[in-house]
Amino acid sequence: MQFLNKLFIGLFLTLTSLGALADFSWNFPTPVTPMALDTLHVHNKFMVIIMIIFVVVLSIMIYSIFTHRKSKGYKASKATGPSTKSQIIWTMVPFGILLYIDFILMGIPAFHSIVLMEDTKTNAEMVVKVTGYQWRWQYEYMDGDAKGIKFVSNLSTPQDQIDNKAPKGKDYLLEVDNRLVLPVDKKVRILLTSSDVIHNWWVPAFGSARDAIPGFLRETWVKIEKPGTYRGQCKELCGKGHGFMPVVVDAVSEKEFKAWAQDQKTKLAAANAGADKQWTKDELIAKGKEVYLKNCSVCHQPGGQGLPPTFPALTGSKIANGPIFGADGKYLKDSHLDRILNGKGVMPAWKAVLNDTDIAAVIVYERNGLGNSVGDVLQPSQVKAARQ
Amino acid sequence: MSTKAAVHHDDHHDHPKGMKHWFTTTNHKDIGSMYLIFSLIMFFIGGLMILAVRAELFQPGLQLMQPEFYNQLIGNHALIMIFGALMPAATGFANWMIPLQIGAPDMALPRINNWGFWLLPPAALLLILPFILALFGVGDGAAGAGWTFYTPLSIQGGIGVDFAIFAIHTLGISSILGSINVIVTIFNMRAPGMTLMKMPIFAWAWLVTAFLLVATLPVLAGAVTMILTDRHFGTHFFDAAGGGDPILYQHLFWFFAHPEVYIVLLPIWGFMPDILQTFSRKPVFGYKAQVYSLIAIGVLALVVWAHHFFTAGMPIPALAYFMYATMSISLPLAVLFFCWIANLWKGSMTFETPMLFAIGWIIIFGVGGLTGLVLADVAADAQYHHSYFVVAHFHYTFFAGGMMGIMAGVYYWLPKMTGYMFSEKLGKLHFWLTAISFNLTFIPQFFLGLAGMPRRIPDYALQFSEFNAISTVAAFVLGLSQLIFAYNIIKCMRGGKKATGQVWEGARGLEWTLSSPPPYHSFTKQPTIK
Repeated sequence: MQFLNKLFIGLFLTLTSLGALADFSWNFPTPVTPMALDTLHVHNKFMVIIMIIFVVVLSIMIYSIFTHRKSKGYKASKATGPSTKSQIIWTMVPFGILLYIDFILMGIPAFHSIVLMEDTKTNAEMVVKVTGYQWRWQYEYMDGDAKGIKFVSNLSTPQDQIDNKAPKGKDYLLEVDNRLVLPVDKKVRILLTSSDVIHNWWVPAFGSARDAIPGFLRETWVKIEKPGTYRGQCKELCGKGHGFMPVVVDAVSEKEFKAWAQDQKTKLAAANAGADKQWTKDELIAKGKEVYLKNCSVCHQPGGQGLPPTFPALTGSKIANGPIFGADGKYLKDSHLDRILNGKGVMPAWKAVLNDTDIAAVIVYERNGLGNSVGDVLQPSQVKAARQ
Repeated sequence: MSTKAAVHHDDHHDHPKGMKHWFTTTNHKDIGSMYLIFSLIMFFIGGLMILAVRAELFQPGLQLMQPEFYNQLIGNHALIMIFGALMPAATGFANWMIPLQIGAPDMALPRINNWGFWLLPPAALLLILPFILALFGVGDGAAGAGWTFYTPLSIQGGIGVDFAIFAIHTLGISSILGSINVIVTIFNMRAPGMTLMKMPIFAWAWLVTAFLLVATLPVLAGAVTMILTDRHFGTHFFDAAGGGDPILYQHLFWFFAHPEVYIVLLPIWGFMPDILQTFSRKPVFGYKAQVYSLIAIGVLALVVWAHHFFTAGMPIPALAYFMYATMSISLPLAVLFFCWIANLWKGSMTFETPMLFAIGWIIIFGVGGLTGLVLADVAADAQYHHSYFVVAHFHYTFFAGGMMGIMAGVYYWLPKMTGYMFSEKLGKLHFWLTAISFNLTFIPQFFLGLAGMPRRIPDYALQFSEFNAISTVAAFVLGLSQLIFAYNIIKCMRGGKKATGQVWEGARGLEWTLSSPPPYHSFTKQPTIK
């Protein structure tokens, strides 16, 4: 017993000291959309209900445990069930209460929440398409000021922080290179799909979580009522990078959103212009290294050694060292370019994610870096031609 | 059969000795013991896996393992705990106790019984082998797609997935054989006078369980076979590009896996009234109500599966149906809770180890049940789903409701099985350590889930650090406390204070009329029930 006492005291002290240090979150994050607010209300209400049930039932049990015990000389009754009419009626009372709780007290608000949650279309002012990739998100604006803007959002936490070689930043694992920017006070319909496995796009402060399923469209909606930066994560197991594909949304005013959209369009035009320009090998290698580290190194590793057998090495690989174009000038099946454009098996197709310059650059880098030295150069214009 | 012949018959076979005895035995008690020991071993293997996971989650950052290996551990922890520890323990009890409780000499199909058990070790080996092969550079380890094997992730996986599919097939055959045996035994081997409505609740609960297994396991076997052909033979059951549907798999899987929850829990709900009546010295309360509730839960279990994937997207009527159907389960379950507590009420209670576990089980499992009720709500489920809230919820049902229930059963029947009393002192220490460290492990996980931590991630954002640290420390205490359990069992098997036939002062039922341990063929003279 002495040991138990010590253990209790120890645990108690540990818990209280931790409580004093930490900024715990005991409930959902502050809701910023109508759906999240509704969810919070429903959740709080239900929690109160189940806690009351728990405390009432527990009190009855504890009373019984302390009263009806042999050590106090209590003699057991022989009752095996309600026998008189009034007893039978009394046993129906908790049943009735539970029916009321299930289907009225909880059932009705829960149904209203479903209707609110599923109403993605009424008064929707803009549409954003979200595509899940292993392990990044792609965002595409389908209409309005930002129509045509399309970009990929990658985790931007450096690998050194994950490997404990550098101190962890404030937004460790919840930071990305390109954030989704949405205007406040506008109902945004979000279409979800995936290019490989099932993902789930989740921002706790929005109260919306929906699977992104390959080959199908699913939808949800947000109407953010407060400007700010909101962070979330993929929450459907999607492979080794599941813990490393955060969602970061910047909610900004309408005016800022318009400015941002204009800025993005200018940048996009510049990038597209780059596809027609003639690049030098060194420029491509430098650019390619950037692209490689962002998109490819998770699986093929920064040094190109891969993680065999699932993720093959690029160093000395047949594909990365083989010819790209055949005698007819078209790219060969199973060539380096084919694999990157179209993917195969676990390797995703990159043609919808990376632009011509990125693809050309990363191919040149992989063929002339990572221990390979093929020596050839692939121009963005060739990639552009190959897409047609 | 004359009494003389019966006495002569008993214990006079030429039983093979040593290992050969255990390979060839058709005795329900031998096989029951093997199931229980197998379950205990798997419990420790699955536990070691999850302690490695908790150690990784002690601090943010990757310290001990890479994400691939982490994913393999979490999925196989679940498979081993559910198929290796929980289900075999329940089958072990069924083997031991159903013949004793209904007054039969043995199970109806003894050879099938033997085969049913001996399929388990190879299946467990199939699950664990990929880990070992990977050490020698063959394959990339075990299946890393969670225990749910959601497509297309499971179609991408390495050879571990194929191993797991064959393991599931083997485990499924074993479970179906066990179920058929239970059904046949209960319908044909009851002692004269033991009508179905006089049968102990444990036998009733197992009957419902057995029907659920026979109804749903073939669906799982079919679903994983479809994964296998999608992986290797070019079919497109779950591939949208070929006209398939990844969500079809989730429907098939949960059509099995939701009833699976009740398959694991029903046998425990079955023997709990026995424990409660023994230590409250008051007969089972509401026998008929309990039996009808068990049947109702069995039926409802088959029609609520889609609440496991509300966030996959469904039309409103489907969402509403699955929500209300799920909430309906709370009604028969509440009847059961009501009866259990009424069984304690005005009893004359003593608090031996099995009773402590039973009472702790009612309280902690109650938390699992109540959180299940809120999880049924579709809108809130969008937040809870796939977060640590769900992890905490199903450990309240599977560890507290499942494992702690099984521990109550083990302590209750151990003296009957071995003929010796276990150490009460160690048993009580085991209970308190388990109950407290369990809650300290999983209460923080409720808060982690609400704050937005997804499950199945190997590394997490900084705001989740403190709760994870508490959870990990408590998990290690929980894991280590189980060594007391194992020690107590082994000690009890080896000897100690002799147990009487009745063992517990208030014990009722046929199994307590026999000596401890019972004779090799249990009832050589059929008892008559009045």
